[in-house]
Amino acid sequence: MDRKRILIVEDSPTMRQLLVFALRRLKNVDIVEAQDGMDGLRKISSDHFDLALIDINMPVMDGLKLISLIRGEDSLSDIPIVVITTEGAKEDRERALSLGANEYLTKPIQANHVLTIVKGLMKDEAKA
Amino acid sequence: MSGDRKDLFRYGEEFLQLFSRGAEFTKELLTENERLRANLAALEQEQAEASKTPEEWDKYREELQARLRDLEQECESVRTRLRQVEEENQQFAVRYLEIEEENNNLANLYVASYQLHSTLDLDEVLKIIVEIVINLVGAEIFAVYLLDGDSGQLDVAVCEGAEMADFPSCSRPGSMIAKSFETGEPICGDPTQRPNLEEPIVCIPLIVQNRPIGLIGIFGLLQQKDGFSALDHELFSVMGGHASTALFAARLYSQSERKLNTIQGFIDLLTK
Repeated sequence: MDRKRILIVEDSPTMRQLLVFALRRLKNVDIVEAQDGMDGLRKISSDHFDLALIDINMPVMDGLKLISLIRGEDSLSDIPIVVITTEGAKEDRERALSLGANEYLTKPIQANHVLTIVKGLMKDEAKA
Repeated sequence: MSGDRKDLFRYGEEFLQLFSRGAEFTKELLTENERLRANLAALEQEQAEASKTPEEWDKYREELQARLRDLEQECESVRTRLRQVEEENQQFAVRYLEIEEENNNLANLYVASYQLHSTLDLDEVLKIIVEIVINLVGAEIFAVYLLDGDSGQLDVAVCEGAEMADFPSCSRPGSMIAKSFETGEPICGDPTQRPNLEEPIVCIPLIVQNRPIGLIGIFGLLQQKDGFSALDHELFSVMGGHASTALFAARLYSQSERKLNTIQGFIDLLTK
């Protein structure tokens, strides 16, 4: 069975560790961490990923900019993106989704919810 | 003469064809005969059973009824067992969800305490407290107050969601913050309350060896956060215990570093 690769782009080490804890429950998954948008862009451009979890408010490059750059790149445009953010306003959600995010989750997160969404998106990607 | 021989051959062939058809027909007859024999045997057996006496029939009926009763009982016991298994299954599913939630909560608490004790740098510890309060608790407006050892005042060390000067002073007697700090008891108000910098929703005193060294005051929650869960209360306890020891250790470390540098300076001065 192919191993899946997930990229976590999040500036908070606490959130990164929590997400790694949650995602480790998935089988055959490798997790890579990036600490800001620029680091995330570098990693996602240089390696294959099956899904990306991206925070919005980050230093150097924010999550929205990163999403628009990913969606603008042909080779990366199919990667499912889950936004995980503190911004709960409707317009923030709509903006992220319009830029190409597949799902929008607000903090504090429920690990089960994240897992369900990640599993669903990776399954959809496998079907496509 | 040759014409007669040809006729003779033709008659011979016709006879052979007729003969082979006759052989096939005989085979079919034998097969049919076999089938009819089997039918006859089955009918004879049925007839023999039908010819049982009424007493034999009654006995046979009783046996069948007894068997039926046994089967009904067995069916009932299987149904009962199935219901039990379904109930057990339901209980296991509920328990599984509870354990999963417990597991998630423990992961949150582990990550919080791990991060708090991952550094001895005071600014780093404060940054981690801020991260935990935002990301794990879901607070938008809050401040971390630390006790100034010299003045005995509680000062805002770090804050989010408002200017530092806008956060209330803890010296106001009778205020929720002063009360929580003095008693060392966390106070949790109404989570649905509108953000108000005069009245915090939550006060978490930071205590080390029964001595309060600071306090976390939460004045507003993220808009998607509509209440406190059991995990939030656990996190408040973790913050009260672990954040305070992490802050205390970081302060001691920076003090000892300063003293060490001073002593090193003296030693350098004397030895040069």
